[in-house]
Amino acid sequence: MYRQAKTGKLLIEILPNKCDFCGCCVGVCPEDAIELKEAEIYIIDERCTNCSKCIWSCPIEVIKFNKEGVLSKSLA
Amino acid sequence: MKSDYDIIVVGAGPAGSMAARFAAEKGVSVLMLEKDRDVGYPVRCGEAVSKAGVSEFIEPDEKWISSHINNFALISPDGTEATIEFGDAGYVLERRIFDYELAKTAAKAGAEILTRAYVNGLLFENGVVSGVKYEYRGEQKQLSAKIVIAADGVESRVGRWAGLRTFTDFREMECCVQITASNINVEKNTLYFYFGQNVAPGGYFWIFPKSNNAANIGLGVSGMVGKKKSALSFLNNFMSNNFPDSPILTSIAGGVPSSITLEKISGPGIMLVGDAARQVNPLSGGGIASGMIGGSIAGRIAGEAILRNNLSHILSYDKEWHNRLGKRHEIFERIKNGIYNFSDDKFNKIAQSFNSIPKDKRTLGRLFTTALLNQPSLLVDIAKVFII
Repeated sequence: MYRQAKTGKLLIEILPNKCDFCGCCVGVCPEDAIELKEAEIYIIDERCTNCSKCIWSCPIEVIKFNKEGVLSKSLA
Repeated sequence: MKSDYDIIVVGAGPAGSMAARFAAEKGVSVLMLEKDRDVGYPVRCGEAVSKAGVSEFIEPDEKWISSHINNFALISPDGTEATIEFGDAGYVLERRIFDYELAKTAAKAGAEILTRAYVNGLLFENGVVSGVKYEYRGEQKQLSAKIVIAADGVESRVGRWAGLRTFTDFREMECCVQITASNINVEKNTLYFYFGQNVAPGGYFWIFPKSNNAANIGLGVSGMVGKKKSALSFLNNFMSNNFPDSPILTSIAGGVPSSITLEKISGPGIMLVGDAARQVNPLSGGGIASGMIGGSIAGRIAGEAILRNNLSHILSYDKEWHNRLGKRHEIFERIKNGIYNFSDDKFNKIAQSFNSIPKDKRTLGRLFTTALLNQPSLLVDIAKVFII
């Protein structure tokens, strides 16, 4: 019910200062929409469908649904 | 460093290091890339492994053994403890040293290694994987390779760029948190597993002792459970009830793709190993030994393919893996689905009836037999484990 067009409003937010960079969210993302480097993570909004699987799989609750929409760092 | 290699391995965990080593032992050129600064760090693991699982690949060394294990304690929801003694069964590792030493064996065999190299894309030639794109200290670079072996862990993306379906269903992802705490008074030779709806529904909670009274304490729950309550809140509950003032030395999160192996783990120019291939024992969540086995098979086959100048040889990897461990994991998966759906009451009954067996006769087989009395349909699957 939250799904929107891939270029539409991104509603999922990774709280960067709280992330442990463990990769659970990357592993479950069906859209390959999460970029994870050594200690840097962001959602690629051209790919994200707001499906929320990353939120459910985050062991430490640092991915949040934000119905106001969030700004994302996107593909260059 | 060269600009093209026979084989590039992405990721320097146990599976990647074994792939690099067994390929390099064939005399072909191998480069292993690691995105982090260090091989072996950060650790994302409970660190328990069977002795047989590691000794096939590396001589046991006290510098990476934190404790020696010969007891399993399974604790049911009402606190009944069922203990099984093994001989010299396994270890709790110091993964940061262990992984480092494994990488050294790859280097010794002739593999090159580069850390801080973040692979962010693949090169293709006529639809076949022909190298990697990577970022190294802020610069975008690329390297060609005849075969790319993806050992990039639970967060693997290399396989999907090559066109393999690799993402894990969130219900099969065991989302884990773990702390290493100090002043934990448990038996040093015992792995403790706790079951039940309150501690880790659909998974288990563990205490694995390490040296100097420290212990790895953590749990994994499926993304299905995580939808309602995160692994972190289960851990916080447990700690405040049991060890409220323990000093905490490390605190980590991690994921275990607790499913059977991917349907396809090789393709033109690409092979997947370790967590990236879902080469994890789905019952225990253990992936060190099986990742090393997967890596060693893939590395050897990749090396052979180069020597024979026959790249389609790498496609035989799927079958060899399946025969060695893959089919066993399929049975473990069915047992897991049976056991982890037990109610608290059933866990309690199993632990109680198991404890009525004389201590010297308690074996893992007996435990399964006891579990069977509560769930006869598991019989067929369990029988298969002992037959294969």
